[in-house]
Amino acid sequence: MSATAQSPKVQTNDPAILGFVDCDVHPYTKSPADLDAFLPKRWRELRQTIGARSRSPFVAAPNYPRMSPGTGMRMDAWPEDGGHPGSNLNMMREQLLDAFDVSFGMMMPLLGRGGDSRDVEFGAALCTAANEWEAQTWCDPEPRLKAAVQITTEYTEAAIKEIELRAGDRRFTHVMIPPRGLEPLGRRRYWKILEACAANNFPIALHLGGTSGHASTGGGWPSFYHEEHPSYPQSKEALVTSLVTEGVFEHIPNLRVALVEGGFAWLPSLSWRLDKHYKRLRAEVPHLKMLPSEYIRRNIWVTTQPMEEPEQPDDILATCEWIGWDRIMFSTDYPHWDQDDPRYALKVRIPEKEKRMLFRENALSFYNLTV
Amino acid sequence: MTIPMPGAIDCDIHPALPDTRTLMPYLDDYWRAHFQMRGLDRDNYDAAAFPANAPINARPDWKPAKGKAGADFQMLKTQALDGFGLKYAICNVLHGAQAIFSEDLSAAFCRAINDWVAKEWLDRDPRLRASIVVPMHSPELAAREIERCAVDARFVQVLVWEMQEIPLGRRQHWPIYRVAEQLDLPIGIHAGSSYRHPPTNLGWPSYYLEDYASWSTGFAGVLNSLISEGVFVEFPRLKVVLMESGVTWLPAWMWRANKTWRGVRAEVPWLEKSPADYAREHVRLTAQPFDSPPNAAMTRKIVEQIDCEDMLLFSTDYPHWHYDGGDALPDGLPDHLIQKILVDNAMKTYPRLKDRA
Amino acid sequence: MARHVVATAGEIPVGGKKVVNPAGREICVFNVNGEHYALINRCPHEGAALSYGPVVGCFESKRPGEYALTRHGEMLRCPWHGWEFDIKTGQSWCHPESVKARTYKVEVVAGSHLAKGPFVAETVQVTVDGEYIVVEV
Repeated sequence: MSATAQSPKVQTNDPAILGFVDCDVHPYTKSPADLDAFLPKRWRELRQTIGARSRSPFVAAPNYPRMSPGTGMRMDAWPEDGGHPGSNLNMMREQLLDAFDVSFGMMMPLLGRGGDSRDVEFGAALCTAANEWEAQTWCDPEPRLKAAVQITTEYTEAAIKEIELRAGDRRFTHVMIPPRGLEPLGRRRYWKILEACAANNFPIALHLGGTSGHASTGGGWPSFYHEEHPSYPQSKEALVTSLVTEGVFEHIPNLRVALVEGGFAWLPSLSWRLDKHYKRLRAEVPHLKMLPSEYIRRNIWVTTQPMEEPEQPDDILATCEWIGWDRIMFSTDYPHWDQDDPRYALKVRIPEKEKRMLFRENALSFYNLTV
Repeated sequence: MTIPMPGAIDCDIHPALPDTRTLMPYLDDYWRAHFQMRGLDRDNYDAAAFPANAPINARPDWKPAKGKAGADFQMLKTQALDGFGLKYAICNVLHGAQAIFSEDLSAAFCRAINDWVAKEWLDRDPRLRASIVVPMHSPELAAREIERCAVDARFVQVLVWEMQEIPLGRRQHWPIYRVAEQLDLPIGIHAGSSYRHPPTNLGWPSYYLEDYASWSTGFAGVLNSLISEGVFVEFPRLKVVLMESGVTWLPAWMWRANKTWRGVRAEVPWLEKSPADYAREHVRLTAQPFDSPPNAAMTRKIVEQIDCEDMLLFSTDYPHWHYDGGDALPDGLPDHLIQKILVDNAMKTYPRLKDRA
Repeated sequence: MARHVVATAGEIPVGGKKVVNPAGREICVFNVNGEHYALINRCPHEGAALSYGPVVGCFESKRPGEYALTRHGEMLRCPWHGWEFDIKTGQSWCHPESVKARTYKVEVVAGSHLAKGPFVAETVQVTVDGEYIVVEV
């Protein structure tokens, strides 16, 4: 009956020798004004006055205050230049890229708030600026870093334009959508955007985030970050449910989706649940031609962070087998407080073949990366 | 798995209110006149969370030729009580009464439903027990209704929905938990929503299948709320029963909740043990639906991960359709758990089952 | 086991800490209200350098909604996942039996005494009239 946290006395899995691909890296601006250089005058002035407005009560703070400064940064990642963790390339190299001999770091910028902006034109401009900033500030000096195409899903034309603009630019490898949007992502109104991702051979990374205005549980707003943090898997479950149930993967069979920063142990049970209840309610969704679990197995990938910590460490192996080792990709989430160290996050030794898939091969193929 | 023994305790059956008019004799003068004046007696206040004719809510052989599944006492008696050889069955009326926005009107509806259940169901078969339906958005009226009904020992639990206006752990609800704990009534939290919020934190999904899938994620939120707010610290004898919630999501929830607790527990410093261990002590789940994995070995793995023999309670979920025939227990449960799931765990969870009716 | 001189007695202020490397082992020495303690500079969870974590009190509560800060300066929060450790014992708050940061014995020793015994002085200059922090590794 005890919850035993395991101590990693020994390094169980060293990714450095593998040519590790990190599927969740967060670059930050030193100051929000860093984006100004990439914003047209009108939007620059708006950013400096009213600013981006989302659907939360605070100008720039999250709904749920974190437990360490900088909205939950790891405390040893503050650069000496006074900037925010993740804003200094040399420090990122030292703590992440060089430390683990990272082959590629998949960037998931959480800045600009373009995807959340209630003014969708401003949101689109912020996304474009953040994308340009990402490519010039990070990819150009450090080609191991790969950029996300940030879009606002509430402005279809601008989103598609942005996706098409970045297609063919090898600095950009994925489209990033904050999953907590106005409506579940599988709804018809988003299909044109999803089609554009597939048509341009961009996989989609659904990194946790977004301030939709919807309560973070179906039963209302919780009080504590202690509840908000474990509500992230619930967002991921709703995402999978929506994408599958709406028939997105029937309509766009080659769409590839990665769920980032939601952990993964919840996925097997959700698959069983959807299969079971689909059988009773299938008349409602005749557009589905396969079991929900079959779409999940074909079209959905998961990243590891925050790493699951079963009470019995070996149980992680069963979970990975139930999901399929070819669908799980390691991510650090540098420089957030709950980031994972690739050497110690897993408390059990992973067999060689699976280790290569987890730390490298799955991501290379998911993100179309060529060495 | 077919039930291997008679005498099981069914912790989740659903008698259905045929229509609003049925409640008229159970309303006081004021509310009866009020219902009549506004025509409420002609309106349908069935819960949107449980469309009566959705196949998942009405097993074909359990559906009467006319009317709603669960509305016919004789059918319920023959098919559930006699059919499964039940010792007791706990009636959980799923009705929109608890979702009505006016707390006074909601309370009037709830009072009428509780009195209707006592007269039309409990009085007709000594094996039946019931949960008290309450207006959760008025802690004062809810506590009063619990005290009123609890005089009758056949009411063994308080019934609330998982998704309401505010999360169930919030301190506004504590007067309800205080009286429930005093009166030996577990809080039965049933799948479903009063739709004050979208059932997912991504917004409103399109299909009932999505709502139904969301019930288990809602329960994860319920546990996070009850535990984080310190409900089980403040009310150490309180038990909650998650009903029709699925079961196999629980280990992954435990791992994640424990992980967050290790880093964030200073925000909720009253917690003295891990969320998983609070759940093992205070939380029970009915075992239909179970959301079983593809094989029995995997089911056993999940049961091992839950690592608590007291947590699972038997339910047929009559007349909801999760299985055919008498296969109300999921395959793959270890033998030594069967007796506990069928009888012992319920007897420990519901102290009032020991009382003479 | 050898005893290593790692700092002068007044060098680490109350509430302060110093990372030292006796025998190639990275250790963090703390001054907790005038008493010195030493922990391995490595979180037993995922290996973070504990020295980057803040020294705090114990966040406690008698019942929900009541808050008490006790044992001021005696706890350390890991700079990554926020696990809390008792600086004096190395025990983690959440799993005191099973999760510990390794502790080392620390003493304040007079320079006159140090001149006699078998000590390894790291980068610290020892004089007979000074006082020194000695860690046993």
